[in-house]
Amino acid sequence: MMQNYSYIGLVLLIPLVVFLITGLFGKRFQSFSGILGTAGMLSAAMLSYFAAYQYFVVVGRVDGVFPAVIAFKQTWLQFTPSLSIDIGIMLDPISVMMLVVVTTVSFMVHLYSIGYMHGEERYATYYSFLSLFSFSMLGLVVATNIFQMYMFWELVGVSSFLLVGFYFSKPSAVAAAKKAFIVTRFADLGFLAGILILSFYSESLDFQTIIQRMTDYHGSIFLAANAASFMGASALTWALCLIFIGGAGKSAMFPLHVWLPDAMEGPTPVSALIHAATMVVAGVFLVARLFPVFSQIPAALDVVMYVGAFSAIFAAIIACTQTDIKRVLAYSTMSQIGYMMFALGVSGFWGSDGLGFTASMFHLFTHAMFKALLFLGAGAVIHHVHSNEMGDMGGLRKKMPITNAVFLIACLAISGVPPLSGFFSKEEILTAAYNHNMGIYFVGLFTACLTAFYMFRLYLSIFWNKPYVEHSHDDDHHGEAPMTMKLPLLILAAATLVIGFIPFSMYVSADGYAFHSELHIKEAAIAVFAGVVGIVLAIFLYGKQNDKPQRISEFMGRLYQSAYRKFYIDELYLFFTKKIIFNFIATPAAWIDKNIVDGMMNLISNVTENTSEGIRSFQSGKVADYVLWSFIGTLLMLLFVIFF
Amino acid sequence: MPDISLSQILIVSFGLFFIGVYGFLTRRNMITMLMAVELMLNAVNINFVAFNKYLFPHKGDGLFFTIFIIVIAAAEAAVAISIIINLYRKFKSIDSDVADTLRG
Repeated sequence: MMQNYSYIGLVLLIPLVVFLITGLFGKRFQSFSGILGTAGMLSAAMLSYFAAYQYFVVVGRVDGVFPAVIAFKQTWLQFTPSLSIDIGIMLDPISVMMLVVVTTVSFMVHLYSIGYMHGEERYATYYSFLSLFSFSMLGLVVATNIFQMYMFWELVGVSSFLLVGFYFSKPSAVAAAKKAFIVTRFADLGFLAGILILSFYSESLDFQTIIQRMTDYHGSIFLAANAASFMGASALTWALCLIFIGGAGKSAMFPLHVWLPDAMEGPTPVSALIHAATMVVAGVFLVARLFPVFSQIPAALDVVMYVGAFSAIFAAIIACTQTDIKRVLAYSTMSQIGYMMFALGVSGFWGSDGLGFTASMFHLFTHAMFKALLFLGAGAVIHHVHSNEMGDMGGLRKKMPITNAVFLIACLAISGVPPLSGFFSKEEILTAAYNHNMGIYFVGLFTACLTAFYMFRLYLSIFWNKPYVEHSHDDDHHGEAPMTMKLPLLILAAATLVIGFIPFSMYVSADGYAFHSELHIKEAAIAVFAGVVGIVLAIFLYGKQNDKPQRISEFMGRLYQSAYRKFYIDELYLFFTKKIIFNFIATPAAWIDKNIVDGMMNLISNVTENTSEGIRSFQSGKVADYVLWSFIGTLLMLLFVIFF
Repeated sequence: MPDISLSQILIVSFGLFFIGVYGFLTRRNMITMLMAVELMLNAVNINFVAFNKYLFPHKGDGLFFTIFIIVIAAAEAAVAISIIINLYRKFKSIDSDVADTLRG
């Protein structure tokens, strides 16, 4: 039964139109642009919910799987009769899920920003950037064509750049925006190379065609791609690894994670939308989109798994030592995305082997909700305290009871406490890891423990720890944030409470067939135990103000210091760029530019100038001189004619 | 009347021509320069007449050319003097070196 999904184009079109209106005419009606943006996102969200309902419930399965529907497709650039770049909308379980996630979080952030950004000078500009981002992200998730995805991939990079650098009068924000853009651009170079290799062998840019050709074991295309070898790995492995580099850059996987903590310079709602819930999971989405191909190539999948697992634990360790609350959340995001990545890495393809895939998507879904909630809650706290530092907070629970409650819910969810959403997805991930690779399982378990620890360290430092300190500038201040800021918090908290009960494996699975993923009591118990250990430890250390954390950090000495300094990765990058690239590549290049390239130009201009300087005396303006010269010329010509 | 050879006449016209050239190059007064130009033209006239007389005694082409040149020289003198008057109005001088505004 064919279904009409043509309205889905509106989901993309509405943010685009809002972007154009607020971008072009926003200055004339500042306050209206917030309402316009929010209303636009609300309607986009409603359309996505309706699409999800239609896709999963009304139409449902065809032959046991949810079919991929091409709602709209238009050839954009035709290279050869068989190779073209198309712009289109593809609906399949993961893209429908992403539509829901992106529009929901985006709507919440739009609503929240009405209060948070109130009185901002560039309020309309902010909303136009947010709409641009929403449009790009939606275009990315529904892409039918890997090149379309790449274009929107760059567009989200641009809007992230614009929003991170929103406070462009702050040098640190400008530096952060540049860093985010440059690091992800480097990663995207890998992505582009991967696309080119993949499409060179599969002779198509279309996702469905690529997947179909690259999973056909006996097809000539698959054999050719798998046989061509370069430095010990097949072309297909290389293509997938390069594409994964692109994904790792956007998703802040080690060692391309350095931009994410700095990106917290942007406004907090932006961090919630872009750097927690949507854009940073684009890498996970990319691997999931190409998962049928990845699952053919164990080597590529192993890369995904190890990078993901290492990033998860690496970021979790750093998060335990940071004092800026947004940076803690940034590292936490990186750690949780590492979780999603290694869940994909441990996943198989068929049936319940694909638990990792389902778990990864499930965690993406639940994480988007509770991490957005954490960021928005942190935004409310920052709005109140006017500081990002944990040291300036403490004892806020009486002052901000609602924020306190929703923050606690989100912290419990991310720590994996039942029955909140994070518990279900995390438990599935750990079960998948347990079935596949014990080493990864233990890394995941330890990370879960650390996650609970640093989240509760954060929570307790903000809301408990010290008695509340009255700030001097507090006179005009309200206890809680305005209603537009509270409402999104409450909605997201409600979502965090219930979405864990969605039977995700019925809808999203690697091979498309539903399977039952029952709760594994043993694994679940171990995971919850790890989380509780972390929570108890955090309460012990940070429940009341004391000097125990201080003593422990002194006891840990070098280890604490290096974790606090983020394991010197930034310094390493600086060393590499400033000392090595600057001295050995940039300086000689500058010398060549200055002395050889510029030198040639200067030579030409100098010769011209000197010559003209020399011959300008001919042009004296005196008639007698001209006559003399013409007379001499005539004589010379005469001599020439006579003697030669 | 003693015989005058062609070369003697050519020596006179040669001398007249280069006196004109010299005058044209050294003098700065436009009227003097115009007179120098007249000298050069007349040197040419002498050549035409002399060559006609000595080389083609039965033809009159050289004489016609001479008459042409005399007429044109008269017209040219009128044009030149009008230019000189305009120059004088602009620069309050008929010194050719003053009018050097076209220099590079």
